[in-house]
Amino acid sequence: MSDALLEVENVSIAFGGLKAVQNFNLSLPPGSLYGLIGPNGAGKTTAFNLLTGVYRPDAGVVRLGGRRVNGKRPYKIARAGLARTFQNIRLFGELSVLDNVRVGCQMRHPHGLWSTVLRSPGYVAAERAIHHHSLELLEIFGLQDQSLQQAKNLPYGNQRRLEIARAVATGPKVLLLDEPAAGMNPREKIELMNLIRFIREKFSLAILLIEHDMTLVMNVCEQITVLDHGEIIARGSPTEIQSNPKVIEAYLGQPDA
Amino acid sequence: MTSTTKQFRPALWTALPRALWPVAVSVVFAALLYFWVAPRIGGFGADLLVNSGIAIILATSLTVVNGFTGQFSIGHAGFMSLGGYTAATIVYYGSYRLFGDFDFHGGLLSWTGAGAFVGPLLTKGDGLFVIACLCGAIVAAIAGWIVGLPSLRLRGDYLAIVTLGFGEIVRVIIQGTPDQLDVTSTDPGLGDLSFPQLLTHLGGALGFSGAPAYSTVFWVWLTVALTLVAIIRLKQSSYGRALLSVREDEIAAAAMGVNITKYKVRAFVFSAFFAGAAGGLYALKVGTINAGELAFQKSFDIVIMVVLGGLGSVSGAALAAVILTLLPELLRDPPSLWPWGLVGAAIVAALIGLFAPRKRGPLLTLVGVCAAWELMRWGAARAGISLSDYRMVIYALALIVIMCVRPQGLFGVREIWDYLPQSWQFWRSTSAIAAPAGAPA
Repeated sequence: MSDALLEVENVSIAFGGLKAVQNFNLSLPPGSLYGLIGPNGAGKTTAFNLLTGVYRPDAGVVRLGGRRVNGKRPYKIARAGLARTFQNIRLFGELSVLDNVRVGCQMRHPHGLWSTVLRSPGYVAAERAIHHHSLELLEIFGLQDQSLQQAKNLPYGNQRRLEIARAVATGPKVLLLDEPAAGMNPREKIELMNLIRFIREKFSLAILLIEHDMTLVMNVCEQITVLDHGEIIARGSPTEIQSNPKVIEAYLGQPDA
Repeated sequence: MTSTTKQFRPALWTALPRALWPVAVSVVFAALLYFWVAPRIGGFGADLLVNSGIAIILATSLTVVNGFTGQFSIGHAGFMSLGGYTAATIVYYGSYRLFGDFDFHGGLLSWTGAGAFVGPLLTKGDGLFVIACLCGAIVAAIAGWIVGLPSLRLRGDYLAIVTLGFGEIVRVIIQGTPDQLDVTSTDPGLGDLSFPQLLTHLGGALGFSGAPAYSTVFWVWLTVALTLVAIIRLKQSSYGRALLSVREDEIAAAAMGVNITKYKVRAFVFSAFFAGAAGGLYALKVGTINAGELAFQKSFDIVIMVVLGGLGSVSGAALAAVILTLLPELLRDPPSLWPWGLVGAAIVAALIGLFAPRKRGPLLTLVGVCAAWELMRWGAARAGISLSDYRMVIYALALIVIMCVRPQGLFGVREIWDYLPQSWQFWRSTSAIAAPAGAPA
């Protein structure tokens, strides 16, 4: 139990009468690659928002590396080592591709307002490190040629990749990907699968991903949790999930109802 | 992480010149304007130069809040007012305490009067003036912190209303203060008042007057240059990128570890500091300041400069500030474009042709502006109307046309030099952000 990197215990939230997520449990070991699936409106993104502090859970505990993070503000959770991407891409559209990644990087290289205005040696060192690290990441994600373009002008697939690059730039322990393959064509999806596996090794991350594309989920995830109506209805390896009657029911409805 | 940053750390002897050269350039630039340009453009020209400088400080400092951080503040004149009154009272009552009168006690750099000045470059009076302006800036910055706090919860129109309210509160409070003390009349009770007590006598609705004038072209443009250096450095740093990320998407910025609250408040403080300094320079231009003139109308003027220049563009805001300061004056008696206007237009056209040869938009705009200008003069002469009667109408029309043609402002979020070809931007290769060659992978 204590060796899990991200530990979620009985987390619940309700919006008025709607119980969006109830008794959500998850245990993400270091270096693991887990999937979170479920029909539309099952509460997957809400679960992500609970983990990253966008919403405060009504009940339950979230631990990251053994320390409680639930109830903390989103930027503190990010600093504790939890990074995420968004279902509807939230890049800094007017900024360049490079600057998007730099914003992610700079959390690990802080410096103050005075040293910024005075350009102190510490500032120069931090900015150089940020710049250097960002270029490295852009190369890994194959975006180095677009580094000076505005992020909003990138093709859709590259915007998704840039969002992942920006999240990785924060130097996280755990990465949450919210529908990373949405809107990608089959070739891009295969590239994405390889990329996800590669960054897990390269940056020794634990990854939790929400995805509707079942081929991708079944291919890359080691363990899958299925949500429906805010509750966990199944959990297991891809093969177990594929044959689970409850999951089939949630997705396709009851036979001969 | 710290171990990796260490190898990027420059030696102090290379970092120091790089950090300080803009300051040296600023001083030289301001001195050049004061000693060489100002005497050649006459008293009215020098006055316009000072006004444009103050407008640049105000517009670029507001860019930090409205442009970078994406908060909509329309109370900038309030900060200016606070800074101005602080500086004016300190110089006025301070002069009395230090020198026993309200006369000018500055050196050559502060000399605004007529005739040749004989004396040292800097004196005690200049020290008082600089300290007064700094105090004005600090008072405004503290107010900026107070106004920044509600911006944690509010955004958009709601924050705009709060800042508008702030500006009005400042104006109303200042207008309600007791009369300025006539210290020359040897008022018997005066000696009992402590210095801070003296400072509360701001003159109410009549405004504050009689302070000696110190704001010359030198001081104003030195402040302009230093403000620009600070704000451009801010924009190019990770601090500035964090501010921009807040503007682009608060939720994503927070997910990147940006403390949104802190950055919003600091943007207000930073911006208010420079507005306060601008207020001090404004007040000590002739030694008079009136809160009634620094009401929301003034705030809107500054917002217009920022929007016109392009939200987030420092050079755009500065250019817009100059244009909008000079335009109403030029429209009093519109001069013919021949010959200097056309020379200027030709230079701009050549630059456009050089850097953006395939774009027709900027060139057509330039031709259009020149044609409209001459047409306006011709039409007015023909119909026998005096254009100066309609100058504010023309000014407003020009604003409408510009915003229709370029809704993103003159330069959008970019700077003038971003439009230069990459190879021309020689300072990039030596700038602080470029990693040294052969840096470890």
